[in-house]
Amino acid sequence: MALLNTLLLLLAALCIPGLINRTRARLAGRKGIRFVQHLYDVRLLLRKDAVYSTTTTALFRAVPSVYLGAALVAALLIPVGNLRPLISFDGDLVAFAYLLALGRTALILAAMDTGSSFEGMGASREALYGMLVEPALLLTLGTLALLTGYTSFAEIFSGEAPRGAEFFIVLLFATYILVKIVFTESGRVPVDDPRTHLELTMIHEVMCLDYCGVDLAYIKMAGWVKSAALSMLAADAAAALFGLHWWIAAPLSVVLTGVSVGVVESTQARNKLSRNTTFILTIAALAALLFFTAYLLQLNIAIQ
Amino acid sequence: MKYLITDNTSGAVRLEDIPELSYEAFYDDLAARLSEPRYHVAHYFAVPSGDRMRFYCLLLDDAEGRILVTSHAMEYYDATALPSLTARHAQMHPFERDITERYGIRFDGQPWPKPLRFPADRYDRRSSMDNYPFYTMEGRSLHEVNVGPIHAGIIEPGAFRFICNGEQVLHLEIALGYQHRGVERAFEETSNRLRQACLAEAVAGDSAVAHALAFAEAIERLTGCQRPAQLDRERAVALELERMAMQIADTGALSTDVGYQLGQVACEALRTMTINTTQAWCGNRFGKGLVRPHGSNHPLTAEKSAMIRRNVGEIARRYEEVRHDICSSPSLLARFEQCGVVPRDEMLRIGGVGQAARASGVARDIRTTHPSGSYAKCLRHETIVEQQGDVMARLVVRCREVLQSARHIDRLLAIYEEKYAATENPCGVPDYTAPLQPSTLSFGLVEGWRGETCHVALTDAAGRLATYRIKDPSLHNWLALALAVRGEGISDFPICNKSFNLSYCGHDL
Repeated sequence: MALLNTLLLLLAALCIPGLINRTRARLAGRKGIRFVQHLYDVRLLLRKDAVYSTTTTALFRAVPSVYLGAALVAALLIPVGNLRPLISFDGDLVAFAYLLALGRTALILAAMDTGSSFEGMGASREALYGMLVEPALLLTLGTLALLTGYTSFAEIFSGEAPRGAEFFIVLLFATYILVKIVFTESGRVPVDDPRTHLELTMIHEVMCLDYCGVDLAYIKMAGWVKSAALSMLAADAAAALFGLHWWIAAPLSVVLTGVSVGVVESTQARNKLSRNTTFILTIAALAALLFFTAYLLQLNIAIQ
Repeated sequence: MKYLITDNTSGAVRLEDIPELSYEAFYDDLAARLSEPRYHVAHYFAVPSGDRMRFYCLLLDDAEGRILVTSHAMEYYDATALPSLTARHAQMHPFERDITERYGIRFDGQPWPKPLRFPADRYDRRSSMDNYPFYTMEGRSLHEVNVGPIHAGIIEPGAFRFICNGEQVLHLEIALGYQHRGVERAFEETSNRLRQACLAEAVAGDSAVAHALAFAEAIERLTGCQRPAQLDRERAVALELERMAMQIADTGALSTDVGYQLGQVACEALRTMTINTTQAWCGNRFGKGLVRPHGSNHPLTAEKSAMIRRNVGEIARRYEEVRHDICSSPSLLARFEQCGVVPRDEMLRIGGVGQAARASGVARDIRTTHPSGSYAKCLRHETIVEQQGDVMARLVVRCREVLQSARHIDRLLAIYEEKYAATENPCGVPDYTAPLQPSTLSFGLVEGWRGETCHVALTDAAGRLATYRIKDPSLHNWLALALAVRGEGISDFPICNKSFNLSYCGHDL
């Protein structure tokens, strides 16, 4: 079962970028590139050697592996519906948050290592937004833990979630926040624009400017895995509303992210950079609100 | 008489008729006039002739539609420094820098004594891009970001040096001059007028019609021939088609830069439709080959006219929908409004022209103030002005100009269909051999889509084109971009840049 879980997660990771591209193309009235074009692109990158700038150190070379490794291990903690994840232990939701943070820190250090002013700017932006999005993620995960009384993803989504209208709302809310976190963490509009060629406006992309070949492929794949893991989490929270089955959660995660990102990127402009702070803080505030609501609900149950 | 007064519909002026002032008189008078917003300098350049150096100045009076021509002179080897006009009127900076760079003439008190475009025949060969004197600031919390000269994407070279405090831009310096094209020299070195016309089209690829038109007008003034009215109308149609295409393209480019996909794809499609209309008319999407001195190789026919009217009507209708979407979308307004503001008095100070100036409340439009050809006769052109001076204002000016151009084209083609549809080529054929008047100064002044495009031609005693000087509107407006980003976040630089969309090659002649 754990194997199926991992397989589904990886499949979701491979499908989400394709669905985003397809949605965007359709909304623009275009046919769009092949669904698996991003896989061909990465295959091409994987066949290429990396070229390193003379100003970089061993740190710069190690980071893509660390980044991909952290994302993969983090993803292995996430259950798909009621399936058991490969790795599971008490408190793994904190491990999840900080594995993502580890990857981010590694990439920031690598960007600083190049000594480029562009990448320095990107690193400073990524550090700021990463710092702001962390409380949002932890508070939302904390809410899930609070509702179920477990601190491991596998236990939280084991199908014993409390039922009732109030929890319905809390779970819906949690899904919403998690989807917004997916937008932020995977660097999509309105926070970042993965398609732009303008270095001065980039956040995530600018930190990878000095990477090419295999290293760039690793970073791209890590990005897919990271957004798939977070999407799956959002899909699990949504699926918990009407029965936690893997065959609901897995397609839901792909559709939820693929379509929502595609629609937002087609119809909306990205934020002014200074407004990103507000945008992310709003997510964090919502998460705090959610946490207190859940806490109050919890108290009420105890009194009864 | 301090000035020779002419206008945009009169002929060329003989060099001996242009008054020659002492520099003091020139300086005093120009300094006084430039304090009034109605005057701005269209061109100011030096021409060596024998052992003298003569400086010509074309001053435009927007209020009365006059063009004031004057000059001053000095000995070629006279090394005295002239008091700088830039010190009092910043709008003179590109002209004085150009004169210094070419001939080594020093201007005393010039506040920004930097090379302009590094032409191959510059006076001081030691001055090069490698030792460009960038402005610097000291401070522990400041950092410099250099963008370019090679950019991401297929654009021309230019270095942008930002001095930032965190994300905030304190100062931007734009260093151009990487292309060393020698365009003006190429005009002077050939006597083949067809080749010169093709050169004019290549001055700035996105303003091919505007520059070709300025060249054709300058040449026609020199030959003294009358143009048929229909030729003027067809040229105006070409100019307005170019304007529509570029303004639509820039609307799309602004949408791209903020990641608004729907606006981007809609405008790309509309721009393609516009330039394909030009192609269906003359065989080239950018209108190259369409404007030639004295006549046209691609006169309109009834079918072509009907095709252009139909397409332009369709483009205007669909563009209006895009415009409505953009102006009613909160996420776009949040990006464009209050971003990259250039206030009116700053725009006046630096002598901004064209649609960028009009977005800052400066009503400079050659089609209204110095009309020639059809603009003086069958079109009533109203200058479109916005007051805010931000990215949104520049976008709104673009949007309104597209619809206005569509109306102009429709009107011009309606006249054609009424009067000339049955006539075989009422424009006449191009003439590349007509003799030019000797020792004469002539100019072409055209409002291209980017703004005032000014070509000045001087002939020698034998009637050959001896000196050719070009001024693209970008020459003034690059400084407006540098001012626009002051105080903005550095990540908003790209949309400020796109909202001006200035020409690198128009600057690096």
